[in-house]
Amino acid sequence: MKKNDIILIAVILVMAIAVLLGMRIWQKSSTDGDAVAVVTIDGNVYGQYPLSEDITEKIELPDGSYNILSISDSYASVIEASCPDQICVHHNHIKYQGETIVCLPNKLVVEIHGGEDNGIDGSTY
Amino acid sequence: MKSKRIAFLGLFVALAFVLSYIEFMLPLNIGIPGAKIGIANLAVMVTLYTVGEKNAIALSIIRVVLVGLTFGNISMMMYSLAGAALSLFAMLLARRIGKFSMTGVSVLGGVFHNVGQIIVAMLVLETKSLFYYLPFLIIVGTITGVIIGIVSSLITTRVKKIMTF
Repeated sequence: MKKNDIILIAVILVMAIAVLLGMRIWQKSSTDGDAVAVVTIDGNVYGQYPLSEDITEKIELPDGSYNILSISDSYASVIEASCPDQICVHHNHIKYQGETIVCLPNKLVVEIHGGEDNGIDGSTY
Repeated sequence: MKSKRIAFLGLFVALAFVLSYIEFMLPLNIGIPGAKIGIANLAVMVTLYTVGEKNAIALSIIRVVLVGLTFGNISMMMYSLAGAALSLFAMLLARRIGKFSMTGVSVLGGVFHNVGQIIVAMLVLETKSLFYYLPFLIIVGTITGVIIGIVSSLITTRVKKIMTF
């Protein structure tokens, strides 16, 4: 390893961590009690579920595949899915503005929208 | 000389193929879409530093097509093609600049592989929210890139010892 490699690695890591921290702070500050989990399939909104209510919802796709979304203690998570890679099931539960769980095989995205200021159109982008 | 190179490339295509299969069986299940260990990049790196750029590009394309046809589907092939193309481009560029050793080149390869995959995922899913995964993917790519870089430089010195191209 050369000195340049170490500089490169350090720069990349510092930048990534700085962005990560910035995002975290912004996410926490822009999430309020009205946060909802918005489920989209292939870019189309399927439904939205308030984080304040505990529910378990089976989201079925036309081709027979499914994801089971669970909301409890104002955290949203995917607890079961028909997809082969199970990345969405292993994903940590989410609660802050902008956090997402993605299931690529089913083209399903669960995204948290913060509160009244952040409408479904994502005006914050 | 030429037949030696062809034999070596054939061997490394097979090796890349097997490594991709191992990667397919041992996914990096940390809940981040697009995160990969990138062990197949070992074969690409060693090829790049022994037989050269053109052959490394050829190996990369053949690997993605073979793996896509065997284990995946068209959309999976699209993800990995975008990742592989961006990663290879970054590695070729970093190597040409000449300021980095194999570790630095491999780190850039790992980072851009993950970035390429997330860009395609953003386009396919039509959601910008995947942007939040980017810092995680960059960190994962850096760590795996360091490991892959060190291992492939060990392999490259040994390959160079017994073979000349």
